[in-house]
Amino acid sequence: MVATDSIRKSSSRMAQTPSFALSILWLLIHLVISIFFIVLGIVDTVEDYLISSGFLKRYDVINMGKLRYLAIVVDSEDAMQINKVLKLLQWLTDIGVKHVCLYDSEGVLKKSKEIILEKLSYAKLYEEGDEKSGLDSKTMILEFTSQFDGKEALARAANLLFKRHLKLSLGENQEEKIFTEAQMTEALKAVGSGGPEPDLLLVYGPARCHLGFPAWRLRYTEIVHMGSLDSMKYGPLLKAIYKFTLVRQNYGK
Amino acid sequence: MGRFLVNFFCKETMEKEARITEGYWHRFSSFLRNCMFNVLSVGPVPNHIAFIMDGNRRYAKKRNLPVGNGHKAGFSSLLWILGYCYELGVKYVTIYAFSIDNFKRRPSEVQTLMDLMLEKIEEMLKEESIVNKYGIRLCFIGNLKLLSDHVREAAERAMKVTAKNDRAVLLICVAYTSTDEIVHAVEESCEDKLDQSRAVGKINGWGNHSDNDQTSPKDHKHDPVIKVVDLENRMYMAVAPDPDILVRSSGETRLSNFLLWQSSYSQLYCPAALWPDLGLWHLVWAVLSYQRSYPYLQKKRKQQ
Repeated sequence: MVATDSIRKSSSRMAQTPSFALSILWLLIHLVISIFFIVLGIVDTVEDYLISSGFLKRYDVINMGKLRYLAIVVDSEDAMQINKVLKLLQWLTDIGVKHVCLYDSEGVLKKSKEIILEKLSYAKLYEEGDEKSGLDSKTMILEFTSQFDGKEALARAANLLFKRHLKLSLGENQEEKIFTEAQMTEALKAVGSGGPEPDLLLVYGPARCHLGFPAWRLRYTEIVHMGSLDSMKYGPLLKAIYKFTLVRQNYGK
Repeated sequence: MGRFLVNFFCKETMEKEARITEGYWHRFSSFLRNCMFNVLSVGPVPNHIAFIMDGNRRYAKKRNLPVGNGHKAGFSSLLWILGYCYELGVKYVTIYAFSIDNFKRRPSEVQTLMDLMLEKIEEMLKEESIVNKYGIRLCFIGNLKLLSDHVREAAERAMKVTAKNDRAVLLICVAYTSTDEIVHAVEESCEDKLDQSRAVGKINGWGNHSDNDQTSPKDHKHDPVIKVVDLENRMYMAVAPDPDILVRSSGETRLSNFLLWQSSYSQLYCPAALWPDLGLWHLVWAVLSYQRSYPYLQKKRKQQ
């Protein structure tokens, strides 16, 4: 049977050492792809120049109303380049972004929190309730997160719900539902990891991957890969935010 | 009469020739595809690919067809993609068939989707279907209690019938969202810990505490603690490893509450093609991109 043969072929393919010819062909394909990305990089540089100099007029006016909350994921090794992070935040301020969540899995940015806040005099640390309060045009709210606020926070919130469940199971009020999404959101806030859901998430790293950004806050977030922090440019950042403002979501309907 | 017979035999011959040509073409394209997969297999091949099958309705709208036709075209596309994945050597394929959010759609569309699902489950269990050809085990992932009895029973029957298949696994996410999965895992983990405590007998000690008890932290040092690994073991998706690649068709770049927990180190790929238009070349590009990011993502997974 054709299909069983093909499964058998795939198993034997994986078990054998690839021939020299196949390996060369594979390397050639990846070389061509690398050249393609280099060319793409050159195109990006040209576009960056055109956007920064104001030649591409469509990026001049962006409706920032849709982008209430932006998240930036940075590779932890790149995150040690604080000057790059500061430059990125300065660009975001110039564009008009008010509320930024910075994430790196190891917590390097969390450790550099004080330095960043000191250098950006107009930035303040996120506090619960900030999303509802009005801000003056110059202040930027910053939140610093890591994997401590991801799966580990969900486990801490689970323990909180477990304690409530225990109390209820011993008490009289057994009607109350403990295990709901709303209760989980409250529990996350109680353990200190309950920030709002970003509208847009920009990934600065080698791969198009969110690197463990808190799952509870990622449901309908648009995820865009920006390349590595080393090669960050203003033009692609502005373009990504502009493209986001054009997106329309159905939320499953 | 003579002209009728000549026409009849000519038509027969032409149809036979068309079938032979089609047969040759099919074998030739299979051969080319096998060569391509041989080359791809020099590098790391993903073990698990997940798909968000987005764009069926837009596909139907573009062609002025009813929405149901879009979903049927989507199912045909799915069978092709599954075939390519299993030929390449991908062991686990997950598909986002129906979200809990999709229950908000028009009731007629929800009913069409449920009927289609029922029909396709029955088809997949037939002797000559892709499931038996590739030895696929079917797993229905999600809050199945939200489905109607017919669909849930068909799904449970399909899982039972294919339970012994071990060459490949198809995980079909139905009535699923990641947040619902996480809450369910928390609830199950809490029940596990409660059972553990009861087994050890500690619950009796806790039962003697008053409502306003202000016990100090040291009294709770033996409380069972739920860890990340406990939640992972209770996820619906615990039957498979985390996906290596997560593909969303139709150019949208969000996860829409799909595998949020499991996709921490998954390569995300968002081709602009609508789901029924997704084909072999998109899959090849997804695998090539994965191979480029593989060393970095493996390093990150190990550091976790």
